[in-house]
Amino acid sequence: MVLFGSSLSPIRSRPKTTIYNCITAVVLRVVLNWKLAGDTTMKMRKGVLLVLFTLCFVLSLFAPSHSGFQSDELLVDDDEVGLPQTQSQQSSSVPKSDQTTVTTPSPTPRRKFSDSDSDSKIQFTLEHAFGDSDFAPAGTFSARLKTSAHGGQTLTKLRFSRNALTDAEKENFKNLVDGDDFYKIRLPSNVLSPPGKDFVVTSVRARCLPRETLDEHFVIHTDGVNILGVNYGAPAPCSYPRPAKLPSKWSFNSYTILKNTEQAPRTPLFIQDVLKNGEEGEGEVVAPPERSFWAKYWMYVIPLGLIVVNAVTQAMNMPEEQASGQPGGAPAAPGAVQRAPSSAARRR
Amino acid sequence: MGTMLRGFLLLLSLLSITAPAFSLYEDQVGLADWHQKYIGKVKDAVFHTQKTGRKRVVVSTEENVIASLDLRHGEIFWRHVLGPNDVIDRIDIAMGKYVITLSSEGSILRAWNLPDGQMVWEAFLQGPHSSKSSLLVPASLKVDKDNVILAFGKGCLHAVSGIHGEILWKKDLEAESFEIQHMIQASGSDLIHLVGFVGSSRFDSYTIDAKRGELLKHDSAAIPGGYSGQASLVSSSTLVVMDSAGSTVTTISFQDGKVTFSQTPVSTLIEDFVGKAKLLALKLEGVFAVKTGTHTTFVRVTVEGKLEVVDKINHATAVSDVLEISENRQAFAFVHSRSNGIDLTVKLGADWNHDLLKESIKMDQERGSVQKVYINNYIRTDRSHGFRALIVMEDHSLLLVQQGAVVWSREDALASVIDVKTSELPVEKKGVSVAKVEESLFEWLQGHVLKLKGTLMLASPDDMAAIQSLRLKASGKSKMTRDHNGFRKLLIVLTKAGKVFALHTGDGRIVWSRLLNSLRQSETCENPTGLNLFPWHVPHHHALDENPSALVVSRCGPSDDALGLLSFVDTYTGKELSSSSLDHSVVQVIPLPFMDSTEQRLHLLIDASGQAHLYPKTSDALSVFRPELSNVYWYSVEAETGIIKGYALKEKASDDYSFDTRSIWSIVFPSESEKIIKTSTRKLNEVVHTQAKVVADQDAMFKYISKNLLFVATVAPKASGDIGSSTPEESWLIVYLIDTITGRILHRMTHHGAQGPVEAVVSENWVIYHYFNLRAHKYEMSVIEIYDQSRADNKDVWKLILGKHNLTSPVSSYSRPEIMTRSQSYFFTHSVKSIAVTSTAKGITSKQLLIGTVGDQVLALDKRFLDPRRSVNPTQAEKEEGIIPLTDSLPIIPQSYITHALKVEGLRGIETVPAKLESTTLIFAYGVDLFFTRFAPSRTYDSLTEDFSYALLLLTIVALVAAIFITWILSEKKELRDKWR
Repeated sequence: MVLFGSSLSPIRSRPKTTIYNCITAVVLRVVLNWKLAGDTTMKMRKGVLLVLFTLCFVLSLFAPSHSGFQSDELLVDDDEVGLPQTQSQQSSSVPKSDQTTVTTPSPTPRRKFSDSDSDSKIQFTLEHAFGDSDFAPAGTFSARLKTSAHGGQTLTKLRFSRNALTDAEKENFKNLVDGDDFYKIRLPSNVLSPPGKDFVVTSVRARCLPRETLDEHFVIHTDGVNILGVNYGAPAPCSYPRPAKLPSKWSFNSYTILKNTEQAPRTPLFIQDVLKNGEEGEGEVVAPPERSFWAKYWMYVIPLGLIVVNAVTQAMNMPEEQASGQPGGAPAAPGAVQRAPSSAARRR
Repeated sequence: MGTMLRGFLLLLSLLSITAPAFSLYEDQVGLADWHQKYIGKVKDAVFHTQKTGRKRVVVSTEENVIASLDLRHGEIFWRHVLGPNDVIDRIDIAMGKYVITLSSEGSILRAWNLPDGQMVWEAFLQGPHSSKSSLLVPASLKVDKDNVILAFGKGCLHAVSGIHGEILWKKDLEAESFEIQHMIQASGSDLIHLVGFVGSSRFDSYTIDAKRGELLKHDSAAIPGGYSGQASLVSSSTLVVMDSAGSTVTTISFQDGKVTFSQTPVSTLIEDFVGKAKLLALKLEGVFAVKTGTHTTFVRVTVEGKLEVVDKINHATAVSDVLEISENRQAFAFVHSRSNGIDLTVKLGADWNHDLLKESIKMDQERGSVQKVYINNYIRTDRSHGFRALIVMEDHSLLLVQQGAVVWSREDALASVIDVKTSELPVEKKGVSVAKVEESLFEWLQGHVLKLKGTLMLASPDDMAAIQSLRLKASGKSKMTRDHNGFRKLLIVLTKAGKVFALHTGDGRIVWSRLLNSLRQSETCENPTGLNLFPWHVPHHHALDENPSALVVSRCGPSDDALGLLSFVDTYTGKELSSSSLDHSVVQVIPLPFMDSTEQRLHLLIDASGQAHLYPKTSDALSVFRPELSNVYWYSVEAETGIIKGYALKEKASDDYSFDTRSIWSIVFPSESEKIIKTSTRKLNEVVHTQAKVVADQDAMFKYISKNLLFVATVAPKASGDIGSSTPEESWLIVYLIDTITGRILHRMTHHGAQGPVEAVVSENWVIYHYFNLRAHKYEMSVIEIYDQSRADNKDVWKLILGKHNLTSPVSSYSRPEIMTRSQSYFFTHSVKSIAVTSTAKGITSKQLLIGTVGDQVLALDKRFLDPRRSVNPTQAEKEEGIIPLTDSLPIIPQSYITHALKVEGLRGIETVPAKLESTTLIFAYGVDLFFTRFAPSRTYDSLTEDFSYALLLLTIVALVAAIFITWILSEKKELRDKWR
């Protein structure tokens, strides 16, 4: 169940508890809908419900048992594009103790070196603030730091786990929604030595986030180990005036994208090519795309058609005229003949 | 046949592309454009009046211009703009035929031919470290029959041949941080004394043989009481120095290898002395001047070294250098300003009680205090000495005063334009049509007959001249009323001098000028500098009888935390309506799109501490502003730290009109790899006509049009120097497009092997920027076009019919943008000083780029050349759309220089203003010179040209009507004849 497919990069979201939660949500909704709906589609709905319940049941068997953990996770995987990650890999990469890691006040990242020296794991903290309040930890990003042969370092395989909102935070968020105030987040500008030069702060009007859950969308612009900026906001449009709305579920639905800089297109260097093309261009005329007969000749066809139609109607009228005009036609003819030369003479 | 036809069509289309969109005929020059030459505030002047022939004065200015002016009329004979990187230190005249300039901290010495300004030679002087510079052109010092010019710079003394600029010898003084004060030639000998200071406590004197460059003697001594940086040479062996506290005068005598000091407290010279005294930089024999507050005291140093007060003047005074008028007779002048004029006094150096000349000169307008004066003498008809004085005023104007009158004046403040805004002229009064009063029907007809003659090539040269003058007159372009096409406007110009000018767009004349009182130096505000100009009150509709006004924002010093000043100026009369000094600093001014009930525009001033202040401070304005409070955002670019921050206003207000702000986003550029060198935004008043762009094959693309788009260019810190200082591998240019409301990075792109300087222009949905490509060793221009993908679905006709489109839904920065960018780079031959884009009233007319080239000209380049969709072989449909086949470089068509043959020396900015006529835009380019023209990017498709012959049209119509009548009569007759037959 991919909740969101980004057009920016091929990312496969792999929520683990989300699926569980979402499906329950869907089920609830379906139940609601079903109650509202008439009896006519009841049978069909029942069937769907049955399928969903079984699905839910099966998934709940596989789902990890920490039900208190409300966070959603999303994996951004450069290497394994589109490959669904297995549960085991996920649980290994995100330690069970990530809740505690996050809640520890010191934001120092823990660097774990894996087997190869060129590939190290790194974590950094997302902190949030409600309006003008102080920043508090809100989640953890973990990523792989790849060191390339020539010394450049790049972040890959970003994954994110968000802490559940506490009651106080929920209350704060409600206040923000009431006041149409800012929900702020920040990240260190350097993931190796946070906060680096300064924190990268960004904020969004709190009213933009709530949908069914709290939907958020991160685009983290990185340059090596530096974070330059974060595009943060709701994936859905959020146009003014923003209605005050609270989420039905107090959990975050997060989508994250890592973005590196793009290469500028090279300036065309093709003087020779142009010359070559120019020489050849004389010989072979670029054939215009073949158009349909109608597109080519409509201007001839329509007048022709009109003429034909005209001719046909005239032909149709002719016999009628001849039929009706025969009796009176003979006496009229001499007059016409008589008059004709005189008029011609006058004109001349 | 088909191919031929197609080829012909292609040729035609190519011709239509390559044909300049704008070019002038010779006789059209000066009809719609004007050009004015300036030099800037004079900082040094040398007269050249000895020989018969043209009397002239050579000046160097703050704008780094060296110019030769006609002493009779103040016209420029010749001038050279050395540019901001080559600051002129000293000028002098050598051998009566060369102008010598020492520039760039004493490292470049040049000689210019005095009559025509051609450069004769140039010498590059090198030295170990930078230092103050000094220039000495000895009159009678010859080495091998060659005149020697001595130039001190970069810690070295150079002797340069006056004839061909060879360096004869060079002496490194091997003294770190030796700051030279004076270079003195001992009279009648070949010895040169260099006196100066090391740090603030040591006095050094060197004696050098000018023939061979040998160091003969070096004396050094510590100065008691320290040194404040002010020194005055009173004789060839005595220097007077002010101590660092500004309370004691130290006389240094360095005769015969002995350095002796004697200290005198200022309070013994001036009785009621408090505060700090300043030493005026003078070169008077035996006399120095001390400035205390507004008083200037002249003190004589006697032979025994005693000090005695000679004179005391209670005004702000400018004193000239000494002028040798005859053997052993020296004169000098001092000038001080009065309420409506200036007083000029010339005295003999030896005799203080006797005035050679005392004149008071009336001036018709406020020019502030006198800053500098240079005098020159001449022999009157009665064989007595006459004096003329060149005076530099506070408003940077230059006056020549002779015989108690201002002979000529130059408004050289206009060489340092800071900001330009336009103001509409008053509406023409009803009842009186100016055109009818000015010429009768007969004259009108005569004019058109002349024009007809011109078009039929029957006109004689006299007629041609008449036509030209008629054209100028008939266009009525210098009238002081609003015209139908919106060509006539007032350009309101703020200059560095603190003077505001109104220039008429028709002929460039100064309608009014005003030295703003709030922008003059005062005790509370030491160094006021103008920042910006904003339209404050633009009456329309019901309030048309009121005069519009402009807001001048300035601050008291160069730093960001200096207190701000506001001044309001009536744009019709130039009257300063009111002014106020603020109790906070001004870092940024945000003109808000709101007006209060009296049609005053609301402005938000941001101070250094991040507080926002609303102006005008009225409750009315506040009630307009308060509902919009939560929708006001602003951003700041901190180029030094590499951080861009966004802010919003807080609802709570500390007092009624000021608001706290809070940071809502930040973008942090890593300082080891990126350095901000350029930011650029769209012009606030730009109008975009169509949101969609129809591309070939009947498809449409929706432009991403946002007022909050910020273009940022960063380079590698290593590559932030000059071109060539870094290798392509270690230099890159990264460009960003940032939404300034949310701080989203919409687009990021790296150009490897590229470096600055970057010039950029943002308009509609595109950015064009100019930079240097190190790999290709060429300048490049790139374009980024941004399209909105979220609206791309609206192309379905059925959706449009059924109303299921989102075209009318409001756009929000908080919605996730779905944008698509297209970009392309092209080589460009020139380096660029400034880029602007044409702007028209409704934004329908296609755009042209206005490029200020390195040659100080303005080049118009069609935006179509910078289309990212250009391809090598465009399809037929694309060709029809107007896409030009891809080339690797942008063409420079000589006819599309809108400055035609003129140069806007020292070009700094190009301002475009839409006229009322959609096809036309008004262009004002400024630097040391000013240039104005009208420009139609797609030709004047909506009006007839000015030289359109109405008479010919009338004649044709009359002829046709007559022909119809004649033929009708003829045919009637013939018919009648036929009937009778």
